[in-house]
Amino acid sequence: MTEQATTRPAGRTVELDERLAAYKGVWVFIEMERGHVHPVSWELIGEGRKLADRLGVDVWGVILAPPGEANMVAAGEAYAHGADGVYLMEDPILADYRTVPFNNGLCTLVNQFKPEILLLGATTLGRDLASAVATTLATGLTADCTALAIDLDTRSMAATRPTFGGSLLCTIHTLKARPQMATVRPRVMAMPPRTAGRTGRIVNVPLNMREDDIITKVLDYIPDRDQEQAQLAFADFIVAGGRGLGKVENFRLVEDLAAVLGAEVGGTRPLVQGGWIGAERQIGQTGKTIRPKLYIAAGISGAIQHRVGVEGADCIVAINSDPNAPIFDFAHYAIVGDAVKILPALTEAFRARLSANRKSI
Amino acid sequence: MHVVVCIKQVPDSAQIRVHPVTNTIMRQGVPTIINPYDLFALEEALRLKDQFGAKVTVLTMGPKMADPALRKALPFGADEAILLTDRAFAGSDTLATSYALSSAIAKIGQTEPIDIVFCGKQTIDGDTAQVGPGIATRLNLQQLTYVSKIVSIDKGARQIVVHRRAEGGVQVLRTSLPCLITMLEDTNHIRFGTMDDAFRAARYQLTEWSATDAGVPDVAQCGLRGSPTVVKKVFAPSAKTVKASPIAGETPDALAKTLIDTVFTAHPGLQEDLENQIAISTQGASS
Ligand SMILES: Cc1cc2nc3c(=O)[nH]c(=O)nc-3n(C[C@H](O)[C@H](O)[C@H](O)COP(=O)(O)OP(=O)(O)OC[C@H]3O[C@@H](n4cnc5c(N)ncnc54)[C@H](O)[C@@H]3O)c2cc1C
Ligand SMILES: Nc1ncnc2c1ncn2[C@@H]1O[C@H](COP(=O)(O)O)[C@@H](O)[C@H]1O
Repeated sequence: MTEQATTRPAGRTVELDERLAAYKGVWVFIEMERGHVHPVSWELIGEGRKLADRLGVDVWGVILAPPGEANMVAAGEAYAHGADGVYLMEDPILADYRTVPFNNGLCTLVNQFKPEILLLGATTLGRDLASAVATTLATGLTADCTALAIDLDTRSMAATRPTFGGSLLCTIHTLKARPQMATVRPRVMAMPPRTAGRTGRIVNVPLNMREDDIITKVLDYIPDRDQEQAQLAFADFIVAGGRGLGKVENFRLVEDLAAVLGAEVGGTRPLVQGGWIGAERQIGQTGKTIRPKLYIAAGISGAIQHRVGVEGADCIVAINSDPNAPIFDFAHYAIVGDAVKILPALTEAFRARLSANRKSI
Repeated sequence: MHVVVCIKQVPDSAQIRVHPVTNTIMRQGVPTIINPYDLFALEEALRLKDQFGAKVTVLTMGPKMADPALRKALPFGADEAILLTDRAFAGSDTLATSYALSSAIAKIGQTEPIDIVFCGKQTIDGDTAQVGPGIATRLNLQQLTYVSKIVSIDKGARQIVVHRRAEGGVQVLRTSLPCLITMLEDTNHIRFGTMDDAFRAARYQLTEWSATDAGVPDVAQCGLRGSPTVVKKVFAPSAKTVKASPIAGETPDALAKTLIDTVFTAHPGLQEDLENQIAISTQGASS
């Protein structure tokens, strides 16, 4: 991303040269860890479907995995979520993620079947792999996109991501190289509906590598004990605080309300930096993206890096003493006032309402 | 042992303001700092200096003004500092950046072979986490991203074992040197340099390299020309067309009741979902 680039004439119709025009179709890398597919893969198939429909092409899932039944199950799920086909590369070498064999495998597939768009989840695996693949293929890669669209004039993908500085977004195109690559963080795109019984094609391609030629070895895998990270991203109810709470002691007010709602707690980056909450509780561009049914934000200004992490929430209630706070631009309910006074009142009111109702059932 | 640390000079994001009318970033007068993530990489490199007597070279690509970032890295204990600066690099995206940096690293390695290249996890301005893997791919170095710990290094066998953060767990990886490591944040604390380092840093003459000095093989792969991505549009996020509904009340209690009534009416099912959730979480607490 560069500032100089913005001064270039935009909107010009580009005839894709023959070499690039040979690239067709939208691919989604299906991320499997020990037989388990990361849900971001289905979110991307849903998004890929929309792009493909605009372009009039197919959506393909790409599975790189050790041989096993899990792969056909994953392929079936890919169809159910909207894929037309799956490229399957099976090899025991692919049992654990390592950059070299995955990069090799994915680049082999791209060079052979030439997709115009390749999407990956912005997970630790997806980012590691996407960067290696984009560098190997000398093509453009846009990280952590929050929106993807097609510019039909140029037949190119418009990848939008937050940019530097706090309140701006930018849209990036890859015009002179293929495939156009992007990563998207989990939970940024909605989970597409699942159509049971939808089927597709499968294309098997060998990896053609030998374990002896791979220098990096996986000695062990230590699963995380606390599943805290997953909980925040997938929680239905979240109460979060920001710097507007004033002092660390006031964060208890957020926790009290969360306890009454059975909700998870989160916060903005300054709270993490100030040591009020752990990094795993940060919500936003460099923290977790959330899609809860109810999000209550107290003392949060609503900077773009926070906004992109919470826009998928069904209902956002914001408490901020400044009526002009940016958070009111995307919240559904605006409470202008002192969070320190309002949070306890909310806690009591929810307690009364929810328990009263439970007794009456 | 020789290690290179890639650090970037970035504007202190806490002090960036966006012009309210033109929507452009107001950089004037914004102080610059070393990309905070890169300090974890630098500290890890300095620990190899403590342990193995490794030589630590820091490398920055940027405009001539990027000089202070390098200067700041020296008093921590870095031995050499190289500023890669050339008009040809202006407007680089991550692909072009990794091209320029890897050319310079290859050049550095010609005088003294490199065992490990360190990068930060990501920058706070570009924020892509792409440049590190880009360098590894170009230089054919074993790529170790999101490293939380260097477990051991066997200098004789030229082997390294690290912990790498993966989704849902930690991978323990063993590989051969040379390798490229991107350090995870909060894995260490940058040290206070010694007085000796401070004195040496004050007298130190930075090395400045142009594209030619760095032996960049093909300038066409640098800067704007070498960047496949094009920024087409920079814009402010639009306000929702439907404005947030204001909720008010005489007292906080009255306001709270109004909010709950309004939200539960507008979102039927929410109350039941909440009650189910509470049932689950109290169960979880008691079991
Ligand atoms: C590359 C990059 C990545 C970033 N990633 C993230 C991220 O992932 N997540 C994130 O959150 N931020 C992120 N940030 C930081 C982001 O830009 C903002 O600085 C941050 O979100 C602001 O946090 P805040 O709302 O808590 O604090 P502030 O911006 O200081 O806002 C405090 C708000 O509280 C209000 N207030 C004050 N007193 C009261 C009161 N008594 N009652 C109610 N309201 C009150 C104020 O009106 C104000 O709106 C990132 C920044 C950069 C540059
Ligand atoms: N201009 C640069 N000069 C030196 N190192 C850089 C530069 N840009 C990126 N890096 C390194 O690459 C890492 C990832 O950067 P990014 O891909 O921008 O998130 C940073 O933490 C730095 O270690």
